[in-house]
Amino acid sequence: MIEKITSPIDAKTIERLTAGTRVMISGVIYTARDAAHQRLVQTLDKGERLPFDLNGQTLYYMGPSPAKPGQAIGSAGPTSSSRMDTYTPRLIAAGIRAMIGKGSRSLQVKEAIKKHKAIYFVTIGGAGALLAKSIKQAEVIAYEDLGTEAILRLNVENLPAIVANDIHGGDLFEQGKARYRRR
Amino acid sequence: MRNIKASTITQTVAQLCQQVNFILGDDVLVALKQAQQTEESLLGREVLSLLLENARIAKEEQLPLCQDCGMAVVFLEIGQEVHITGGDLYAAVEEGVRQGYSQGYLRKSIVSKPFSARINTRDNTPAVIHTEIVPGDRIKVTVMPKGAGAENMSKLAMLKPSDGRSGIIDLVVRTVDEAGGNPCPPVTIGLGIGGTSEKAMLMAKKTLLRPLAKPNPDPEIAELEKEILGRVNDLGIGPLGFGGSTTALAVHAEVMPTHIASLPVAVNLQCHCARHQEAVI
Repeated sequence: MIEKITSPIDAKTIERLTAGTRVMISGVIYTARDAAHQRLVQTLDKGERLPFDLNGQTLYYMGPSPAKPGQAIGSAGPTSSSRMDTYTPRLIAAGIRAMIGKGSRSLQVKEAIKKHKAIYFVTIGGAGALLAKSIKQAEVIAYEDLGTEAILRLNVENLPAIVANDIHGGDLFEQGKARYRRR
Repeated sequence: MRNIKASTITQTVAQLCQQVNFILGDDVLVALKQAQQTEESLLGREVLSLLLENARIAKEEQLPLCQDCGMAVVFLEIGQEVHITGGDLYAAVEEGVRQGYSQGYLRKSIVSKPFSARINTRDNTPAVIHTEIVPGDRIKVTVMPKGAGAENMSKLAMLKPSDGRSGIIDLVVRTVDEAGGNPCPPVTIGLGIGGTSEKAMLMAKKTLLRPLAKPNPDPEIAELEKEILGRVNDLGIGPLGFGGSTTALAVHAEVMPTHIASLPVAVNLQCHCARHQEAVI
């Protein structure tokens, strides 16, 4: 079964979703990868104003290829989330409640997910052309100088994803491996 | 002596950069379809279908298969009877990359200074260029855009000769296990054994250009490839790490003589989006 959910994702939905559940995400999400994460955390450290209110929001670890004329966005699949692990607990503490990426997370991120009742989804790595179809609108809202690493506000419709880490400690990667490991 | 214009090289590289980012090779499509038949996990089979669907959309609409259009790795096999005219060879290749990534709406992913000013060069240059001089009067140009997800999971180990065959297998299996879902499995494993450190790494990368799952002609090496593939697919990582029996599509190993004291082993992982295209001028 595939659950349809809306971003920003409410607390009740986050509490209900468990690792392995397939979802379709619609609504507003923000892109941020390595360089944007570094700037967001530096801004928090300095106590300065962030380019958008993090409270309850969803981050998509993604840097698109350029849009062709007439396209909302170019290819738009996830990047490896583990590179964001250093910054993620801080951003979760500051209000981020959902993340979309690919690959597994550090222990610290999983703890922050449990503690602050957040959620981590994975989507289809290397399927950028397909995933672009779910993105209806894209607008640069910060760090334009970073090129593909700028922060975009995206309007998405039915972006396919799977719950990878939930508030109960469930982990898609550990579960999947345990089930199919043969030695 | 045959004259080849530098501008022809630029044109060829520019075309290859685009084609290679839009069109997945038939060998990869066949391997993904075969994996759909054997994959044990339902979710894994669905992921494989989505990857095939992605390849169809990318080809039909001329869109990048993956938003990570890679660092452009360009292999040049230059016939010793070729004379390049009207410009500098490497500048011609860089210009081809510049034009290809711009014309194809490909993502520019190169930053200038790796540990300080990580400022995007905005044209995806410089490329990584490997040159070989070969017999003949032609130039073979191969473009391989290498995404970072898989490249970041590479490994080089200078094993002890006493570690032997089992040491090699353990290293590869451990590398793939630790990488988990990060390199976008199902991966192809490039393996370079012997030579020196840099030669082993280059062999590991270049062997990824071999048609997918075509075994090494040496039966001893082919046997090693087969054994490692079996071991890796027992790990349970599966497509994109979600669990399953297809963690790798193939192992490609290349071997050369080495020093009496050495056993260099290099592992270069290739994501499921195994992009490379060649042209002969």
